[in-house]
Formats: sequence, C-alpha cells, structure tokens
Amino acid sequence: MKTLSRIYNVIIFGLLYFPIIMVIVFSFNSARYTPMEWKDFSLQWYEKLFQNEEILNALSVTLQVALISTLAATVIGTLAAIGIHAMNRKLRRVMLTINNFPMVNPEVVSGVAFMLLFVALAAVLPVFKPGFFTLCIAHVTFCTPYVVLQIMPKLRQTDGRLYEAALDLGCTPLQAFFKVTIPEILPGILTGALMAFTMSLDDFAISYFTAGSSAQTLSVTIYSMVKRPVTPEIYALSTLLFGTVFVLLLLANIGQVRDISRRSKRARR
Amino acid sequence: MKDVITLKDIAVSFDGETILDGLDLSIHDGEFVTLLGPSGCGKTTTLRIIGGFITPDRGDVFFGDQRVNNVPPHKRQVNTIFQRYALFPHLNVYENVAFGMRVQKKKKAEIAETVEKMLALVNLKGFEKRAVSTLSGGQQQRVAIARALANNPKVLLLDEPLAALDLKLRKDMQVELKNIQKSLGITFVYVTHDQEEALSMSDTVVVMDGGRIQQIGTPTDIYNEPQNAFVADFIGESNILDGVMREDYKVEFFGKEFRCVDFGFEKDEPVDVVVRPEDIDIVEPEKGDLIGRVTNITFKGVHYEIIVDVKGFKWMIQTTDFHAVDSVIGIMIDPQEIQVMKKSEYSGLYGDYSSFSEEFDGLADPEAENGAAQ
Repeated sequence: MKTLSRIYNVIIFGLLYFPIIMVIVFSFNSARYTPMEWKDFSLQWYEKLFQNEEILNALSVTLQVALISTLAATVIGTLAAIGIHAMNRKLRRVMLTINNFPMVNPEVVSGVAFMLLFVALAAVLPVFKPGFFTLCIAHVTFCTPYVVLQIMPKLRQTDGRLYEAALDLGCTPLQAFFKVTIPEILPGILTGALMAFTMSLDDFAISYFTAGSSAQTLSVTIYSMVKRPVTPEIYALSTLLFGTVFVLLLLANIGQVRDISRRSKRARR
Repeated sequence: MKDVITLKDIAVSFDGETILDGLDLSIHDGEFVTLLGPSGCGKTTTLRIIGGFITPDRGDVFFGDQRVNNVPPHKRQVNTIFQRYALFPHLNVYENVAFGMRVQKKKKAEIAETVEKMLALVNLKGFEKRAVSTLSGGQQQRVAIARALANNPKVLLLDEPLAALDLKLRKDMQVELKNIQKSLGITFVYVTHDQEEALSMSDTVVVMDGGRIQQIGTPTDIYNEPQNAFVADFIGESNILDGVMREDYKVEFFGKEFRCVDFGFEKDEPVDVVVRPEDIDIVEPEKGDLIGRVTNITFKGVHYEIIVDVKGFKWMIQTTDFHAVDSVIGIMIDPQEIQVMKKSEYSGLYGDYSSFSEEFDGLADPEAENGAAQ
C-alpha cells in the first residue's frame, strides 16, 4: 500500500513538474533545434535573450504593469476588504460572491469583455485605446479580488475593540486606521500584494485582448514568438518567469506560515 | 459634591430591542461607581455611551456642564479598560502604554517618565520590552490599566476588567484597583455582573435590570435596604415573603404580626418582605415566632445553610449550628432585620427556596456560573 501511494505521488508530481524541468534543462543546452537532445551546457540562450530588443521591451512593460496594478489593487483591495468586513452578514456574503466571481470566470471571457468595453469607450475617450493604460486597468481589475481574499481572514481574526481602544486613547478615526488597523492586517496586505504581482506576471488571456499592439507583455510576446520556429531562447525566458513566480509564491507562503505560528503562539497564552 | 458625568433620560435600542429605557444617573467626582446587573441589563451600553462609542437615541450626556452627545470618543477626557484588554499586539508593553501620549505628540522625555511611573504603579517594572502576547492574563490586565491611566483621564471606564482572570488573581486585582483609584483620586465607573466585586470595591452601586436602574446606593444600603425583590435577590441571598403593612412599624406575614422599623406605607398595603438568611435566629420550637421543619442542610465552611419549610414556604437560613433534616425548629426575627419593600414587577419572582436542592446549588454558585460563561 505504501509503495503504491509512493508510485502514485511520483506520477502526479512527475506530470506536474516534468515538463517544466525539461524546459529548464534545455534552456541550458547548446543545441539549437528539436528533436531535443543534450549537447553541452551553455548560457548562450540567456545571452541571446538579453540582447533581444522585443523581449526586453516586453519584460519592461510586464514589470511596469505588474508594479502599477499591484499597487493600485492592494490599495483598492484593502479598502474594499475593510468595507466588506463592516457590512452585515448577508450583504457581506453577497459582496464576497461578487468579489470571487472574476477569479472563477474564464479568463478568455474576461479578456473579450474588457476588449469590448475599451473599444466602446475609446470611441468617446481616446485614452481607452488599447495600450499600456487599458492593460493596467484590466490587471488592476483582476488582481483586486485576490487582495480582498487575502485580507478578509486577517480582519476576522482582529479584535474589533482594538480600533475602539485607539479612538479611546485619542486617535482620530484616520489615525486609528493607520496606527492599529493597518499594522494588524499587514501580513494579509503583503501576501495579497504578492499574489496580485504574481497574477499580473502570470496573465496571458486578458493581456492578449487588452494590450493592443503598442504595449505587449512577456506572455503575449512569447505567444507571438511561438508562431515562428521555437528557439531555446523561449526556454530561457520561461525558466526565468517560472523562477520569479516560484520565488514570489514561496515568499507569500513563508509569510503565511510565519503568521500562523505567531498567531497560535499568541493563542496559547 | 461636583458631578463629573450626568446622564439624563437616556434611551437606546438596537434592531427594535430596547437596551436602555429612560436612564438617569449622576456620577460624582472621585467616586468609585459600579454598574451592577445580569448580562443584557444595559450596563455595558451605559459605559459605551459615556465612552462615546454609542450615541443614545434619546436623552443627554453631560461631562460637567458640557453636553457631549456629539463629541467623538477621541475628544472625550475619559479612558476605557476593555473587557478583553484590547492591547495592541504589534506593539510591546512600553509602546502600548505610550500610545496615547504619542498620539498627543508629547515630548520623548515626558513619555518615558510617565510610562515608567505607570508601569511602577501596576507592578510591571522591567516588562517594557516584552511583547504583549508573552504576558499572562493578569499582566495584560495591568498593561491595559497603565495604558489607560497614562492618558491622565478624569474618569476611567472599566468594562468587566477582571472577568477573564481566575478567582485568586481577581481578588488581588480588586484590592489593587481600589488602591489605585484611591491614590490617584480618579473617578472610576466600573461594570460588573459580580455582586461581591461590586459590594467590596464601590462607593456607590447602581443596580440595573431590563435597561433601567433598580436602585442606587452605598453597598450597605443596597444590601440592607433593597428597594425591590430584584435587588434583594440579585445581591446576596434573600427570603422574600408576601406581607401586609398593617400600620407604621407593624408588618404581617404568615398570619402573624411582626414589629419592624419601616414606615410610610398605606394602611393594609400589600408589600414584599425581605429577611436575609444570616439574620434569622433559630430557637426552641415553642419560643419561635414561626415554626418550621428542616428539609435540607448543606455545609458551607463558615456556616451551614439549611432549608426550612414553614407552612409550605421554604426559607433559607444560615446558622453555625447543625440541625438534622426533619427536625422541627423555631424561627425568631429581630425588628431591624426585617426589610419592607413596595410591590414591584419583580414581586413573586424571587425569594422562595422551593426549588433548592444540593445539585441545584452548584449551578447557583456564582463561581461556577462564571466558569461556564467563559
């Protein structure tokens, strides 16, 4: 039985990670074309990658969009979470369902919807012509629900009397918010921001429909590159992307684990 | 004496449920006032109105001569000690105590001096750098006291501050709180459901039930001269009997006339009569004013608690002598031990120990009740 479960685990994790490992391995291969066969270890694809204007451009767009949308989504999400938390139970449930919907909605549908919206708006307001700005708006929109979802549990754990205690000790409502509420939910805000950043880096479908030709993200660029013969440059790029997202998720998880152990320590007293 | 806080005709309701109903209360400067009552009586709501966390639907709140109905909490010169302390978990002990002064932008040296003074006052010297999560319940309680007092409030509001502590610690903290109040001369408004705590600490006790004040008085007044059956029953043990006031200083119950010290009732007015279990003398059956049969006896340490059936009414009597079950005894009551009260909505609800039994006693024990509530 034990062996069986081990084999099962190996198969599952193999299926999950083998393709990615292949990509990583072959990004260091000196041979150019498929069928894949290992020749020598080489960093030439990484060198080429960093000389590729198109990719560097896309990378810079991706990072800018990710930073801007993370910042905006974190602020909006934090305020939204606090507002939702203050609602009565029924309304809160409705709001959370509305919040969760974009996360389960097929991304292609969201992407098409955004495109339609922006095209319609652009007819009246030229800023909404697909490009960097629309890309940012779309990213803020789909990142915000993740932030809300990370902060809600922190708010539930926080003692409501803390805010009142701050008021009692002379804080204005705004001071109490920054001095007490924010520090209390900070771990949630940080994980929320990390999630938003990862989601923004990760996104393809919505970016594809909202980016236009002027501002392309990495994932959209890779997609267009794949139409031509695939070069190991793409493996190198994929490896870097995977590494970045992996590290970010790891950070988010470590943060959560730390927070949980701190909470349980506090609860034991 | 000067009034620091006056509540006039306060009414509050939540979701159509009346919490406070025409409450009038004046709190004198430097006084230790306790709001005492069962849960849901409106005592915490009253405290939150003074703190500014609830705006009453009707009525006025005055601090001195100034109406403060619309003054937000942070502009009120009162500080609160919350039920579960509400210490800031992201700050250490020093920063918790310094919190109020930092908000007021006090000078560093002044803050350091006050924090040191406050921590000394609550016996927490050397705990400055500790995280509040590493403190015991009693220590957290002390930090909460120091934090509130560091703001130099005119009035300190305390919302069941000792409810989460165990019995021994609670008794110690009662004494300590009382000492702090005396030495600083600050007005304390204290909320509790523990009658013993209220009697031992307060200058004035305000007994509340159903959103209304039932009686205001000194602890001895409240205990010795309860004004209605609710107060008599809630504070200590009481035998509450149906009686008729025949004339001044004469009250009749169980078909027998007793001399008493009460007067000013209508002739033949129906009344409630209270006799405390410890104020009853047990004598030979033939010498007693009333005769009864012992149905139950419980050893309580300092005394026995016996239940005596007198013509179907069960009395509780506390005595240092043992009386076997089924023995017949005589009861004698001194005139000054009889407290006559006007009839009220609470008449007939309390004061008969018919349902009393030993297993029931465990439930009626306030300690056991506290334990269950937590």
